[in-house]
Amino acid sequence: MCETCGCGDPEIVPIEVQERILSDNDAQAGHNRSHFKGLGVLAINLMGSPGAGKTAVLEATSKAAAGRLKLGAVSGDLATERDADRLNAAGIVSSTITTGSACHLDARLVHHALHHFPSGDRDIFFIENVGNLVCPAIYDLGQAANVVTLSVTEGEDKPLKYPVMFQKADLVLLTKVDLIPHLDFDVAAVEDALARVMPGAKMLKVSARTGEGIDVWLHWLEERRPAAVDRPPEAHHEHSHEHQHEHH
Amino acid sequence: MHEYSIVASLIDRVQHEAALHGGSRVHRLHVKIGELSGVEVDLLKTAFDTFRERTICAGAELAIDTVAPAWACPSCDRSLALGAILRCDDCGRPARMVQGDEIILERIEMEAPDV
Repeated sequence: MCETCGCGDPEIVPIEVQERILSDNDAQAGHNRSHFKGLGVLAINLMGSPGAGKTAVLEATSKAAAGRLKLGAVSGDLATERDADRLNAAGIVSSTITTGSACHLDARLVHHALHHFPSGDRDIFFIENVGNLVCPAIYDLGQAANVVTLSVTEGEDKPLKYPVMFQKADLVLLTKVDLIPHLDFDVAAVEDALARVMPGAKMLKVSARTGEGIDVWLHWLEERRPAAVDRPPEAHHEHSHEHQHEHH
Repeated sequence: MHEYSIVASLIDRVQHEAALHGGSRVHRLHVKIGELSGVEVDLLKTAFDTFRERTICAGAELAIDTVAPAWACPSCDRSLALGAILRCDDCGRPARMVQGDEIILERIEMEAPDV
């Protein structure tokens, strides 16, 4: 109550918070990151428009890495398990996170999927996000790097139209480059657009169809793999290390 | 429409703070949203107006402070013009974002006898 004049009005006080609204997601992402680190696995958050070629790039990656690297993936999908089925068929151990109407993955969904993942000995783990150039950029999932696929049929101006997504990218994969001879696509224009929204812009040209550039992409991944960890034989996705689960 | 999930996180946080301080009615929330945060201010307002009902934020005002993006060189602090190539003209280093990606709850104004 107001004690100054005794008017009986309730007193309104300011409570200082000064914290990120998504601090819960940030904490969960940090937890996921420690899982990945503990397992010695490189986690990649793969984003891009629907149809940009995320799944096709992973299929081609699996083909090129066969016998050398063990790949895993979780695919965010609104309604189907088609991507995970395709990836499993391509030799990538995969599961689906069905998001219903949600347009992005968050750290809690990824954490849940990790606990139910069928394999704990992967070298590289791809989190194939929901096809969307807006929402997924906002949520940290615990990845080591963000990779954004941009297909040549989407147009050179996409980085300028969706700056937040490209600003957060560590690498852009320009996909379907085998189609360039059939299109009026200007590679220099997309490079210029990227340089205006993505600090230290880095783009690789790939074609899942012809295999062009997939070796360079694989090299980029291998350079980022964490130093080998001593995995106890029982190390599995149910992790032996201690951690807290404070899900609200 | 991630703005709805952001509002859900926001209201959760306000409820937590209210419980901590014995707060009852929330009058106003002050948030800071960067223009390069990926959050649309108009959508955020609509989402808040929809979700605040029947929560501790019912009737509360959402005061949004928007923050324009700014980039600078990480070594010489030279600022870069918006829309320019994000690389320092002098030393060639990739620019660093100084501000513009904020999604922050700054302050809650509430009726709280315990403060």
